[in-house]
Amino acid sequence: MSQTRRSFLKAISVASLTAISPKKSHATPKNVLSDDRFGVLVDTTVCIGCRQCEYACKVEHGMEAGNLDDYQDRSVFQTMRRPDHTALTVVNAYKADNPEQQETTVKVQCMHCDHPACVSACIVGAFTKQENGAVIWDESRCIGCRYCMVACPFQVPAFEYHKAIEPKILKCDFCYDRRTSKGKMPACVEICPTEALTFGKRYELIQVAHERIRKQPERYIDHVFGEHEVAGTSWLYLAGQDFLKLDFPDVGTDPAPGATEPIQHAIFKFFVPPVALYALLGGIMWLGKQTREEEE
Amino acid sequence: MEEYFKPQPIKRPFLSKGVIILLILAANGIVWSILRFGFGLGAVTNLNNQFPWGIWIGIDVAAGVALAAGGFTTSALVHIFYREDFHVLVRPAIMTAMLGYTFVAIGVMFDLGRYYNIWHVPIMGNSNSVLFEVGICVMTYLGTLYIEFFPIVTERFIGRVHLKGVLKFLNKPIDQFLRFMDSFLGKTMFFFIILGVVLSCLHQSSLGTLMLIAGNKVHPLWQTPVSPLLFLLSAFAVGFPMVIMESLTASRSLGLKPEMDVLRKLARFVGPLLGIYLAFKLGDMVIRGTYVYLNEINLQTVMWVIEMLFGVIIPVRMFFWDKVLQSRSLLYFASLLVIFGVFINRLNVFVIAYKPPYILEQYWPSFGEISITVGLISIEILLYRALVMIFPVISVPLKGVSAKAKYAIRGVIQ
Repeated sequence: MSQTRRSFLKAISVASLTAISPKKSHATPKNVLSDDRFGVLVDTTVCIGCRQCEYACKVEHGMEAGNLDDYQDRSVFQTMRRPDHTALTVVNAYKADNPEQQETTVKVQCMHCDHPACVSACIVGAFTKQENGAVIWDESRCIGCRYCMVACPFQVPAFEYHKAIEPKILKCDFCYDRRTSKGKMPACVEICPTEALTFGKRYELIQVAHERIRKQPERYIDHVFGEHEVAGTSWLYLAGQDFLKLDFPDVGTDPAPGATEPIQHAIFKFFVPPVALYALLGGIMWLGKQTREEEE
Repeated sequence: MEEYFKPQPIKRPFLSKGVIILLILAANGIVWSILRFGFGLGAVTNLNNQFPWGIWIGIDVAAGVALAAGGFTTSALVHIFYREDFHVLVRPAIMTAMLGYTFVAIGVMFDLGRYYNIWHVPIMGNSNSVLFEVGICVMTYLGTLYIEFFPIVTERFIGRVHLKGVLKFLNKPIDQFLRFMDSFLGKTMFFFIILGVVLSCLHQSSLGTLMLIAGNKVHPLWQTPVSPLLFLLSAFAVGFPMVIMESLTASRSLGLKPEMDVLRKLARFVGPLLGIYLAFKLGDMVIRGTYVYLNEINLQTVMWVIEMLFGVIIPVRMFFWDKVLQSRSLLYFASLLVIFGVFINRLNVFVIAYKPPYILEQYWPSFGEISITVGLISIEILLYRALVMIFPVISVPLKGVSAKAKYAIRGVIQ
């Protein structure tokens, strides 16, 4: 009797383990960081604030884009704008350090982190980091919890609050589907008239960026934003003044998921702590029952 | 002759002045719910791209989970540590936890943009995600609570299933099912009781890990790597005050004699538990040097002082004071303070402390958000009242009952 019982328990545990393990490896997004992953270098000292990238992005993603001529209206720079459900990228303007200089214009979009907080946070694995560098969102999985928005250090993902059914999480997708997955450049890079945006392999872009700083040290501050920030992003920025003055967040150089994954994994490594707690409580309960029975 | 207590359905009229107010609040909440599901989150809430989470997560979910901690703390005390002197409190505690978690789940459904995809969580879960861990534990624990409550259902209905008319043929199968479940749960209940405590410890602490990923978006007064431990300790501390508050409220509202002797004994645990939480909270503050932030006066620091002073420090002192433990109204007040403290703490961590880098629009809960939160709480209280009138949950004094049978939960103490 006890023999069959033991083998039954054994069978159950083996079955449940095999049931869990393949599922887990499939569900948890793997972070494949190819050395050849792509990126974009944004040279804000070259950007003229024409906002054609905004236009191209909307056209590429089938959003209401309007007339290209309307984008010459520079009055929008009076207030800070953020990417939202109507625009995956926006350009903001900042006063230069030297009042005689032209204002600095900065294109904002998803940074496509190498260790993205959204990928780590997403409860159903709707976000993935692709081998080519893109961080993309899978509509078919999303449950709309908006934890990605809480997690993102750059505050990029936006949500369609005014849709009752199938609201989307929207953010720059690096034109993954139709362009970068085939090696083509994103729509914003293609349209940029001043070559403020450079598409290429990330490691090459970092070399290019440092080369530019070396050649024109008076033009740039010696900092490539995104090279080390949150342990690296696919989008990299050059600027002529301190990045904090251009509203870049102070995010440090640790990976964006921060402390949560180590804590999470410490608790759930092979389920040892929960099982140990279960055993401990079970032991206390059993001992209590023994003493009770002895008393009676 | 000695008095014994036995859980019994409470016989009272359902309607009262309070119930009518609750019904109005519930109706208001339901109207707003229809708007939320009909026209989307944006139509009812003030949530935006800078503040993706508001009071539905901070209060309905985070505070809701914490305040349902009475269930696992009481069942651990009675069933695992064999403190049977507290047995009368187990059924109400389990039932409140069951209601509480049910409404946490409903609160989540309101907040999810694609609530109808909730079934993706168990099959597509991302094990790196803290939210996934919280979600799975809460779902499993909710199921466990229904199982723990089920013996009360069998006790109420075994031999008393009298369906009429066309459903008459179901009487026998239902009765047999109840009898089967009763004997099955009788043998296996220990498994679910331990499971419930383990799951509670896991998700109560993981709730504190949730906001760590937001990094410096969360004010340093609350953003600490020991946040999971603080959440777990505060859950331990708030469990018994919730049981005390509920017991005193229910006995007043249902016209019963409060079980002051048992509650007083229970209250003796609260001081030490809350004291440990206070020590860790202040220790963390000293180690990280975050007291420097208290030099500034802003919403965050004011809320921190309110949380700590009224929610932790004053109640710690009160629970170590015999005069408080002797007085029904002071004990009630001290318990309310602890509950308030944990409630404000969850609200602080999830809403007040959250400061996104780019604020275009400040978040303040809308009338609709508040209406739905208040409506859900009202329905929860109404259900509590209904359930204690239907099921044998609250113990009432009985004469001439043998000690052995006094308040046995089927399947636990034979």
